Amino acid sequence: MNRHQSRFPVVSRLLHWLMALMVLAMLFLGVGMAASVSERYRLLVAIHRPLGLAVLVLVAIRLINRLLNPPPPLPDSLPALQRVAAKASHLLLYALMIIMPLLGWGMLSAAPYPVVIYGSLRLPPILNQDPALYALLRQLHTDFAYLLFTVFLAHLGAALLHGLIRRDGVFESMASWGRRRGN
Amino acid sequence: MNEVSGLIDKRAPLTGARALARFVVIGAVLLAVAGAFAYVGGWFSPDRLTQARMIAAFESASGDHPGFRRNHAKGLCVTGWFESNGSAAALSKAAVFAVGRVPLVGRFALAGGMPFQTDAPATVRSMALRFLPSGGEEWRTGMNNIPVFAVNSAQGFYEQLLASKPDPATGKPNPAAMQEFLARHPETVRAMALIRARPISSSFADSIYNSLDAFRFVNAAGVSVPVRWATVPLLESLPESGAQRDNADKNYLFDDLIARIQRQPLQWRLVLTIGQPGDPTNDATLPWPEDRRHVDAGLVSIDHAFGEDSGACTDVNYDPLVLPSGIEPSDDPLLSARSAAYARSFTLRAGEKRKNRPAR
Repeated sequence: MNRHQSRFPVVSRLLHWLMALMVLAMLFLGVGMAASVSERYRLLVAIHRPLGLAVLVLVAIRLINRLLNPPPPLPDSLPALQRVAAKASHLLLYALMIIMPLLGWGMLSAAPYPVVIYGSLRLPPILNQDPALYALLRQLHTDFAYLLFTVFLAHLGAALLHGLIRRDGVFESMASWGRRRGN
Repeated sequence: MNEVSGLIDKRAPLTGARALARFVVIGAVLLAVAGAFAYVGGWFSPDRLTQARMIAAFESASGDHPGFRRNHAKGLCVTGWFESNGSAAALSKAAVFAVGRVPLVGRFALAGGMPFQTDAPATVRSMALRFLPSGGEEWRTGMNNIPVFAVNSAQGFYEQLLASKPDPATGKPNPAAMQEFLARHPETVRAMALIRARPISSSFADSIYNSLDAFRFVNAAGVSVPVRWATVPLLESLPESGAQRDNADKNYLFDDLIARIQRQPLQWRLVLTIGQPGDPTNDATLPWPEDRRHVDAGLVSIDHAFGEDSGACTDVNYDPLVLPSGIEPSDDPLLSARSAAYARSFTLRAGEKRKNRPAR
């Protein structure tokens, strides 16, 4: 049993790495487009919106998958404080992956801007027009983006710490693909 | 290598100098990612033209007026309708061009970031329209009563703003700064000659408003053509008269517009100009040849006016990239620049109102 529990199921690993790329791309697109007045602005916005919707859909799938395929337990050797930090940071990552697309959708609704996904595909507004609310949500979208980027950096740092220094199998539980030694 | 689980290669944690070296590697990776993020956000590029710098240039040219648009700050909200005659349906699949009526929320304004400026004939007038077809996709456009735009890039716009910034000593723009700007922007010199030569009409009501930027119309068959559009008044354009100006109240243009709308609906034809291959779509300072095909798409009627305090247009960002499918952006770089700068202006003024709310 232990053999299977020590690594994330393949669906979980696929979802993790796909979403890692998407979320990182979203953060870079977002910080880039919020600064840009160049010709790239239009393209960045055109990618940011459908990609944000894809993150929202995938995070829902991922939560269901997490219930069906629970992650392997953390190693017993991990100190209690790091255990708490790991739980808390994952909770925050999930929360932000859900909140950020909803904030984006909500702020565009409140502005109001049409929520264009692609071509004539548009999402319906989820809030009534309210410029003051728009201003608040727009600010939160930025603030939470910086928070998400910070938590992402912590997540990456912790993963590398596990892989390069602690060498306790946590990194490999998500970042290994092939057949394992001893198999 | 002790294989505890048989699956994961569990080794002892590293300690000492080897651990330290790997800590450094991890730190370097994190720094590199954070650095790339900051670079994309413009933190390392003080000379890059960003939304924040563009807005700062508007504020340096016009002063700080919290809660107002950073450009075209003085305006009036209007409503009305667009009666499409169906002629443009062959060019664009957008719902607004099917035969029928579409409600409009519009705005007339004067260029410049000063919300209380005195109306003057030569100040650029604008008409912004928001088409709201029921069950269809909305379309927003902002048009000006000039034949071409004065600049063809965000950088040009920015430098023009800086050059027209009032000198603290005189309160007026420094002519040397404007000369220096024009020397570097021959396209602006050519465009300004066309803009100055335009006939200036007596009223908002008899002005022609041009999209200036080019767009692409795409029909149901997928055929795409370059288009510029204009609203052309049904009223005969009367030249602006000196007498009108001499007795003028500071709001005479807006007062005249309100009075006219109260008397009867004001009407404009929505006229599309169809570009030919080779016509410049990426340079709003260049006119298209006179002989291009025009299509009369229908009639814009304006029958109600509202103050900006509570008007239906007040909280609308007339973003030129809010387009229905069937109208697409061209390669004109000003479209992205306008969209980005308007978005920042809208966010700022929405936030300024939010901050002001408890005080009211």
